[in-house]
Amino acid sequence: MSAISRFITSRWGLIVVGAVIGVLAPVLVKLGNPGNMGICMVCFDRDIAGALGLHRASVVQYIRPEIIGCLLGALVAALSFREFKPRTGSAPLVRFFLGMLAVFGALVFLGCPWRSYLRLSGGDWNAIPGIIGLVAGIGIGILFLKAGFSLGRSRPAPKAMGWVMPVVMVILLVMLIAAPQFGRDANGNPTGPIFFSTTGPGSQHAPLIIAIVVGLVIGFLAQRSRFCTVGAVRDAILLKDSRLLYGVLALIVAAFFTNLTLGQFTPGFEKQPVAHTDTLWNFGGMVLAGLAFTLAGGCPGRQLFLAGEGDGDAAMFVSGMIVGAGFAHNFSIASSTSGTGAFGPVTVIVGVVICIIIGLTMREPKGA
Amino acid sequence: MDTMKTIDARGLSCPQPVLMTQGALKGLKTGTVEVLVDTSASRENVSRFAGKSGWTVTVEDRPDGSFRLLLKK
Repeated sequence: MSAISRFITSRWGLIVVGAVIGVLAPVLVKLGNPGNMGICMVCFDRDIAGALGLHRASVVQYIRPEIIGCLLGALVAALSFREFKPRTGSAPLVRFFLGMLAVFGALVFLGCPWRSYLRLSGGDWNAIPGIIGLVAGIGIGILFLKAGFSLGRSRPAPKAMGWVMPVVMVILLVMLIAAPQFGRDANGNPTGPIFFSTTGPGSQHAPLIIAIVVGLVIGFLAQRSRFCTVGAVRDAILLKDSRLLYGVLALIVAAFFTNLTLGQFTPGFEKQPVAHTDTLWNFGGMVLAGLAFTLAGGCPGRQLFLAGEGDGDAAMFVSGMIVGAGFAHNFSIASSTSGTGAFGPVTVIVGVVICIIIGLTMREPKGA
Repeated sequence: MDTMKTIDARGLSCPQPVLMTQGALKGLKTGTVEVLVDTSASRENVSRFAGKSGWTVTVEDRPDGSFRLLLKK
């Protein structure tokens, strides 16, 4: 292993990576992204789902270049360091549904683990029950891991399979730039196929070129360092290895100081950007998300980076997240700034039950 | 005679290879343990865990792109 690789996967390497992300995310907010949403893997997948017409919540529709950049940045890193290894076969269908469930939980809270930390660093105290819920969900997941839970083995796959997600990302980039419109309805509203918000969070975004470059940088660094916002908590509890946790703490501290410097630190519970104040379901939503991410082996960012290095199972999880985000809005599961959606709480309960069933039943087949 | 345990963690994603290694090393004071993994992240994680537990680790790249880790104490 080269000295650079050794450094970047060390505690100090992760602190540097976390700090870089912690600075870049609030800067993206300054440049146009929604409040405390410099990077949010779930919100951004939800916006992409909306832009593709998978849901019609008109305020959250945009093809987020950060997602494209993150996956392609991880691809570049994997190719550069000979870690591009296409593989699949570890319960892809279950991973797809775990992606859906994770997104349901995260959209009840209104943010992925990345955003929960970024919300905290921006002074949104509603993030605290969310993060406690996240840790609780990861804790439940750890119990299953200790009891022998496994989604089974992946197998090496043809190189071509590893290029599917990168190609999808390039197509999304073309759609973002070209934004094709096939016509307008009787009221003059665009009929798609690509929808972009004109008001609300979906209409707020940093310039494309900056967003994609930041995504590329984060994707590259995160692939090299194995940065994971869920693995951080999992490894600290399960393996007494706090290396990744230092990365997350560095992210929070760096984002706090950057927010302070940019005048974006507004402490309190009320009137926080793209957030609600329902403590119980901020907690509950993230219990589901934390559990689903832990069963799938990593946070939504990590899944995206793994997809970039050719992991077809992580790609299924990412696909599940985008499809799930569509369902979350169509079925009134996602929260809004005014509170939880009509079916948010019940979906969280059902989702946790499904995750428990997955945790109890998935074992590596004997003789595999 | 020095018997060698083999852990085949190929195809499994973290933290499973580390947990399997942890299980294999438990109660083992000396010996040689062979761990097979197929991603760099698993190679790093198993090496780090074994190193912290006082085992010396040598890594061998295999022709199929996987890694053979020899843990000795």
